[in-house]
Order: sequence, then structure tokens, then C-alpha cells
Amino acid sequence: MTTATLDATASAPAPARAPFEHLAIICSKGTLDMAYPGLILANAARMSGIDATLFFTFWGLDIITKKTVDRLHVSTVGNPSMHIPTMVGGLPGMERLATAMMQKQLDRLDIPSVHELLTILSDSGAHLYACRMAMDMFKRTREDLVPHVEDVISAMDFFDKAAGAQVLFI
Amino acid sequence: MLREYRGHQVTVDEEGFMTDASQWTPEIAEAIADEVGVTLTPEHWKVITFCREDAAREGQPPGLRRISKLSGVGTKELYALFPKGPGKLAARVAGLPKPRGCV
Repeated sequence: MTTATLDATASAPAPARAPFEHLAIICSKGTLDMAYPGLILANAARMSGIDATLFFTFWGLDIITKKTVDRLHVSTVGNPSMHIPTMVGGLPGMERLATAMMQKQLDRLDIPSVHELLTILSDSGAHLYACRMAMDMFKRTREDLVPHVEDVISAMDFFDKAAGAQVLFI
Repeated sequence: MLREYRGHQVTVDEEGFMTDASQWTPEIAEAIADEVGVTLTPEHWKVITFCREDAAREGQPPGLRRISKLSGVGTKELYALFPKGPGKLAARVAGLPKPRGCV
């Protein structure tokens, strides 16, 4: 093999990967520790120029409900990563303690609140939708939701809006 | 790796972020902006100047939330200025490394 051939091989471009253009996230959990991943990932996508669509369903509705958005809790029961026995996690005050500890850490690292993240996302052009079926189940109305939510839609509507997107379920 | 912008050789990483902020000039910013499809306006320069001054102070490029809070250019406007991703592009045009944070 000649040097020229080697050089040509070395400078050959890597096979092109399809660009990642749209991220759609289904947020189905309403605890603080499950709210952040979806919101942060959506924000990182927007900062990179990737479209982001979020669909809040079941307990995930708490993330976009006025009464609960600023009161999300860390779950201490049924969460092996808490490294405390489940029965201890169930004792009165444990959730509040764990939530306060996480909140303190979030503040220390200057990570925005869930409410501020919703504003950042909305300003960034991300699309936020609430699940109509979950809204009916939990007897919530449009007025119960934060103004960042664009619309209340069905799962089929969500898939229309998520056309071509990578879909993430949280 | 090396890249040439308007006759100036600069070192960049694999994603095109300059690795030595001292090699940057406003002319290079114009050339990088061309490359990423942005035409620089006085508002862009406000963001670029803030990013460079903040990075010189803090030792790392500012994240988007920091830019929106401290530069006087809000989140909505930052996305209008850099529609293909202000989180990366503001730093790239300003000749800074890719920001490490997620917000």
C-alpha cells in the first residue's frame, strides 16, 4: 500500500449519520426527580438547535399544574437509589426531608426551578402539551394549567406533532 | 486541527469550536457566523462581547441561562439571533469552547 493510499484512507470522512432534528418527550411522572430529566433534556435539545415537544400525561400533569408545579416532591418509597429501607422512606416527614435536601443541592448548583425551566422552554420555542385523557381522569381544566402549555391534546394528536421525532418516555 | 478563516489560521476541535480564544478576532467571528448561517447584527455583537468578557472572568464559556440573565438579551431573542442553537453557536462565534452546562 502506498503512502498516498494511506493518506486518502485517513482523511476519508466518517459515514454521515442522520442529523437529530426533533426530540419528543412523554413526561408521565410528577415527582421532582422525574420532572427534571425531561425538562433538562428538552432544554439541552433546544440549545443545540433540536426541536423539542413535550407531552405531559398521568402524574406528569403535576409538572404543569399551577397548584403543584412549585411543590413537586422527591419520592422516598419504591426508589432503590435512595439507599434507605423502604419502610424508613415511608415514615412521616421523610419525603419532605429528601425534597428539601435535593432542593438545596439544586439551588447550590444554580439549577433553575421547575417553574423557571418551563418558562425557559416556552421562550426557547419548545412545545408543551397536556394529555386530554389524563386531564379528564384527574378532573383538571385548562385554567388549572400553567400558561406555558400550548394545548390539551390526545395521544394521537401528540404523535402527529411528534412526526419524525425521537420519542423518549419518562 | 487547523482551520483557516479569512487568511487567519486558528486551532479548532472536532465540532469547530476554537480551542484558543486568544486567536479570535472580530473578523474571524464574521467568518464563523457565515459558516453557521448567521449574519451578525449589533444584537449578536452584544451577546458575543458578553460571552467573551464573561469567559475571561470565569474561565469557562457562559451557559445560555447565564447569558440571558446577565447580557440583557433574553431567551426568546437569543433563539431569534441563533435559530440553529444559541447554546452552542454563541460560544462558537465568540471563539470559545463548547459550554459544559445543560442550562
